[in-house]
Amino acid sequence: MISVKNISKKFGKLQVLKDFNLEFQLGNSYALMGPNGSGKTTIIKTILGMVMPDSGEILVKGQPIKGSHSYRQDIGYMPQIGRYPSNMKIGQLFSMMKDMRPEIKNYDLDLVEAFELDQMKDKAMGTLSGGTRQKVSAALAFLFSPDILILDEPTAGLDPIAVEILKAKIKKERIAGKLILITSHIMSDLEELTNQAVYIFEGEVYFNDTIESLKEITGEDRFSPAIAKLMQWTLKKKATKREMSHVETT
Amino acid sequence: MLKLLKYALYDILKSRFAMIYTVFMILVAVSIYQVSDDLSKVSLSLMNIMIMIVPLISAVFATTHFYNNLEFIELMLAQPVKRSHVFLSQLLAVILMLSLSILIGFGLPMLLWGADSSLVTLLGVGVILSAVFAGFAFLASVLTRDKAKAIGISLGLWIYFSLVYDGFVLYLIYSFADYPLEKVTLGLVMLNPVDLGRILMLMQLDISALMGYTGAFFQQFFNSSMGILVAGGTLFIWVLWPNLLAMRVFKKRDF
Amino acid sequence: MKPLALSILFFFCLIGSPETLAATVRITPGQSIQEAVDRASAGDTLTISEGTYKQFGIIIRKPLTIIGENYPVIDADFKGNILIVATTNLTIQGLKLINTGRSNMDDSAAIKFFDSKNCVIRDNILENTYFGLHFSNSSQLTIINNKINASALKEFEVGNGIHLWKCKNSYIGNNQVFGHRDGIYLEFVTNTQAKGNLVERNMRYGLHFMFSHDNSYIRNTFRKNGAGVAVMYTKNVVMRENRFEENWGSSAYGILLKDISDSEVVGNVFLKNTVGIYMEGSSRIEFKNNTFRENGWALKLMASCDQNTFQANNFTQNTFDISTNGSTVLNTLTENYWDKYEGYDLDKNYVGDIGYRPVNLYSVIVEKIPAAVILWRSFMVTLLDRMEKIIPTLTPDEMIDESPKMRPYDFG
Repeated sequence: MISVKNISKKFGKLQVLKDFNLEFQLGNSYALMGPNGSGKTTIIKTILGMVMPDSGEILVKGQPIKGSHSYRQDIGYMPQIGRYPSNMKIGQLFSMMKDMRPEIKNYDLDLVEAFELDQMKDKAMGTLSGGTRQKVSAALAFLFSPDILILDEPTAGLDPIAVEILKAKIKKERIAGKLILITSHIMSDLEELTNQAVYIFEGEVYFNDTIESLKEITGEDRFSPAIAKLMQWTLKKKATKREMSHVETT
Repeated sequence: MLKLLKYALYDILKSRFAMIYTVFMILVAVSIYQVSDDLSKVSLSLMNIMIMIVPLISAVFATTHFYNNLEFIELMLAQPVKRSHVFLSQLLAVILMLSLSILIGFGLPMLLWGADSSLVTLLGVGVILSAVFAGFAFLASVLTRDKAKAIGISLGLWIYFSLVYDGFVLYLIYSFADYPLEKVTLGLVMLNPVDLGRILMLMQLDISALMGYTGAFFQQFFNSSMGILVAGGTLFIWVLWPNLLAMRVFKKRDF
Repeated sequence: MKPLALSILFFFCLIGSPETLAATVRITPGQSIQEAVDRASAGDTLTISEGTYKQFGIIIRKPLTIIGENYPVIDADFKGNILIVATTNLTIQGLKLINTGRSNMDDSAAIKFFDSKNCVIRDNILENTYFGLHFSNSSQLTIINNKINASALKEFEVGNGIHLWKCKNSYIGNNQVFGHRDGIYLEFVTNTQAKGNLVERNMRYGLHFMFSHDNSYIRNTFRKNGAGVAVMYTKNVVMRENRFEENWGSSAYGILLKDISDSEVVGNVFLKNTVGIYMEGSSRIEFKNNTFRENGWALKLMASCDQNTFQANNFTQNTFDISTNGSTVLNTLTENYWDKYEGYDLDKNYVGDIGYRPVNLYSVIVEKIPAAVILWRSFMVTLLDRMEKIIPTLTPDEMIDESPKMRPYDFG
């Protein structure tokens, strides 16, 4: 469904992605993990076309995304922090998003109803709390029933009730066979919502397999310690690398 | 594109800044109308203020607006729309808002108390300068990743075109006073949009003095529609290039 | 009484036919005007009927009254002068004189007067003439209501509209002169008045006089002439209520005053000229109640001028009020209204409490480098001017109106 092929990206002198390869399949839910600055956000933005790779290509549904914008019709994106024009009303934001996809006539209003956004249609975005803005972002991501959902820290800032509603919705879509990509720092959420773990470290895929095999490899039977172990390994690897380079130079 | 523009405009027109700017322009125009006893004195005073204020406000506001809306721009980029449309909707919304503030702020008092051709020219020059400096501001914004730096560049351009450039031209004229400099100075003026706007106004207010210029070329330039056409056409190029360049950069920029 | 009657009868018999006492002769197209003039006696009236007369070089040497009916056209077909006059008590009225020769060898004119006196030239229409009305060494002329219109493209292709050389005691009134080299040209002309003339679009000067003392110019309009009005080497000139408008160009002036003295310039309007008044070598001129409006420079006052007084004039919307080339000021400015004056009037006597310096820094710069005018009204130049207003360095300190008016005068 999404093929990331040999992507390299430098920001200035900093090599963020190096010959990066990944495949995301329909029907799977991926937990995208890695320490800060590992390239998670960059890979999401590259898939969304917000960051232009220096080399390599990305295929969505078999079509290269370069120079195309219509493929984004199949992607629902929920940003980490949704900030909107402060004088725009919720209702206007929704109609604008709808105007951008004139071909889609059937809307998935599950979250709109669950979050009771309908009653707040005339509220300006600037007056909303951070949590409500997240609800709006979430509702927008699911509004057009896209095949691909990219959720960046979806539960951050939401109240417990909303978190449960959103999680239930994500699960429902996963069962419906969507491709879901989630980044989060909350391990329990990831364990609950995903079946595939992708661990990125310094611009390279360090681990990419099912959660079961992750647990097997690390010898942990719970998700969170398994990830912690993975992180420790990567740090060790980094240390050896450093040592080796030290040896090399002397 | 038009749909995006509609929503961007809706947001920007309701902003507190748009209100304050319009009210400020109205206050300036009303007070000048009150103290001046004839129309050309009004357009003189308004011009002095406009040539200074409009580029400054346009540059600062457009930069601030771009950075304040950066997250929203990012969200729009994740939608199935063309990048150029996202850019143009933001840019045109800013230009339209700035223009409307001038047209309402200066235009309303004109409707009430009368206007002459120089005042109408003034409105046109105001709109064009807004577009030019909004273009510079967007260019500075897309070229940098830091709001403070972008505002710095915009302010720098404003100071350069409003003050430094003219100082340089005056220095040049002074240093080479013994040479025939008319064509050179006219050419140099073409390289500064603020000067071009000013020349369009001079052609209305000080045509008698401009006709003191020696040489048939200038008589023709200032006395016929050619001067207005050339200055207006060059200003149009000044509107186009920063904006188009900013769009080019925007289309390839990482967010 | 009988001897007197007899002697009159005898006198008539001597001359010829008795009808010539006040005879009226009618001339119709096809007839020679010259022959009619030659046949006519002094004091006769020649009536020229409507129509076209292809004739030129008609010489008149006797007092006659020549009247055209419905503007008969005398067409010289571009050959020489049309009428040549040397006489007294001649009246020429209602003729349409067109297409004189183009030569500047003999200065072809529609009507050329030599050594004449007491002549009236009125209600004539002149078109396409080289010189219009040309007078030499004549006096007591009345030149009124003529329309003189040339359509040359170049200055050397045309002579002057109304040209007087060595004339005196004359009146030039309500004429219209368009498209000649100089509209009205006076040289060595004295005690003459020009009043209510409209002089427009002439190649060089609207009015041009030299060595013409004791003349007055009243309620004339000089508009869009190539270089405005130039008057030189003359004393005792009166200029009242004239209008000088839209004289545009690098050396175009409302009036150029050169070596004029003991004169008065009162109640005139200077509108939209590149330079309202340019003066050099002039002294003891009184400028009063004039309006200077929308000129590039209202006044250019060269340092060679002294003892001139500028009192109670309005200066509004001029790009520059006054510029000068020297630092010494020997002229007086008083009680004028300056729209650029930014002072205050605390004692409410309608006179500003601080003086006004009408020479601004930038006009001094533009005087030296004309190209610099292009930067006028830029922010930087405005800053420079402000600084100069606070600490005058380049502008003459004594050029100041100590009693600037707070409100413009109403001259009606």
